[in-house]
Amino acid sequence: MTKNNKTNLFIFRYLSMRIFFLICLSLISYSVSAQVKLLTLDELDKRLAAGKDTTYVVNFWATWCSPCVAELPNFEKLRLSNLKKPVKVLLVSLDFKSKLQKEVIPFVAKNQVRAEVFLLNEPDQQKYIERIDPKWTGAIPATLFVKQKTRRFYEQEFTEKQLENTLLNFK
Amino acid sequence: MKQLFLMGLMLISLGVSAQSEGYKVGDVVKDFALKNVDNKTVSMADYKDAKGFIVVFTCNTCPVAQAYQARVAELNSSFAAKGYPVIAINPNDAGAVPAESFEKMQALAAEKKFNFPYLLDPGHVVTKQFGATRTPHVFLLNKTNKGNVVEYIGAIDNDPEEANATKIEYVKNAINELSTGKKPTVTATKAVGCTIKWKKG
Repeated sequence: MTKNNKTNLFIFRYLSMRIFFLICLSLISYSVSAQVKLLTLDELDKRLAAGKDTTYVVNFWATWCSPCVAELPNFEKLRLSNLKKPVKVLLVSLDFKSKLQKEVIPFVAKNQVRAEVFLLNEPDQQKYIERIDPKWTGAIPATLFVKQKTRRFYEQEFTEKQLENTLLNFK
Repeated sequence: MKQLFLMGLMLISLGVSAQSEGYKVGDVVKDFALKNVDNKTVSMADYKDAKGFIVVFTCNTCPVAQAYQARVAELNSSFAAKGYPVIAINPNDAGAVPAESFEKMQALAAEKKFNFPYLLDPGHVVTKQFGATRTPHVFLLNKTNKGNVVEYIGAIDNDPEEANATKIEYVKNAINELSTGKKPTVTATKAVGCTIKWKKG
């Protein structure tokens, strides 16, 4: 009986250690993958459609695009000043998929980007540029405002003030 | 009188906007004379036997342009002998981005053994004439009695990261069609690239 108890205890300890390890592992991988997720256009559309009364401000950028990097703080300010309103800022990177670990995640960590960041997981530019907006030439930065069926697309850089005003006038 | 004035104004603004947008498919391209990395001046008129040109706006620093460097060289290897040589033009201003300087262009051309001219465009004159907006940005020209006519504007292919299973090589396809006397099926494509670094002030 005592021997049996000891074995049970041992098994219990062994299992709890394993569970603890697994939790640690998943936490670590979560914190890495949580920063920048891959996103297909179908996934983006689904997300935007699920938003009910939420206005999404979707900025298309890349780590190599200097005007994009320069305007990122303006999107952070827009996010902060609208925390209590149904407004979501999504930053969609057009960096190469192969640069996700080496460039995009370190960039997001270093610049402490707090908005949700994604990397566009679409192989064919001809298709996704046209699908995001037929008027888009592919130049970045570019920003899309979406609320349900209403969409406005801007192929331009934004100042803090311009972002605020565009959001205010968006209907 | 007022109406006439307004119409005149509209015409002027139309003219200006058409000019600032650059060449469209079907337009005849004005020749240029730009300094190459070997310090010699290059013009399209120098190429007596050319049937056309692959004009590529590209640069030293843009990661997308860098990803396409080998493919630009390959286009020249494949098509220069068939009458369609590559002419690369750097549209960027070295004042805005120092790594775009003429010396850095020379270094890149030497390092990557460019088999095509790599030209400097001071003041963005030719860049604006073409209406190039990014790097890399291709204008495929076909030589005719009227001059060099734009036949295709856009990307080299739809696969910048070489990861697209359904790759379409737009420039290659367009030249192959032109060589057999046909018009290109695809005359314009869009692409993500780096914006041109314009001179400040």
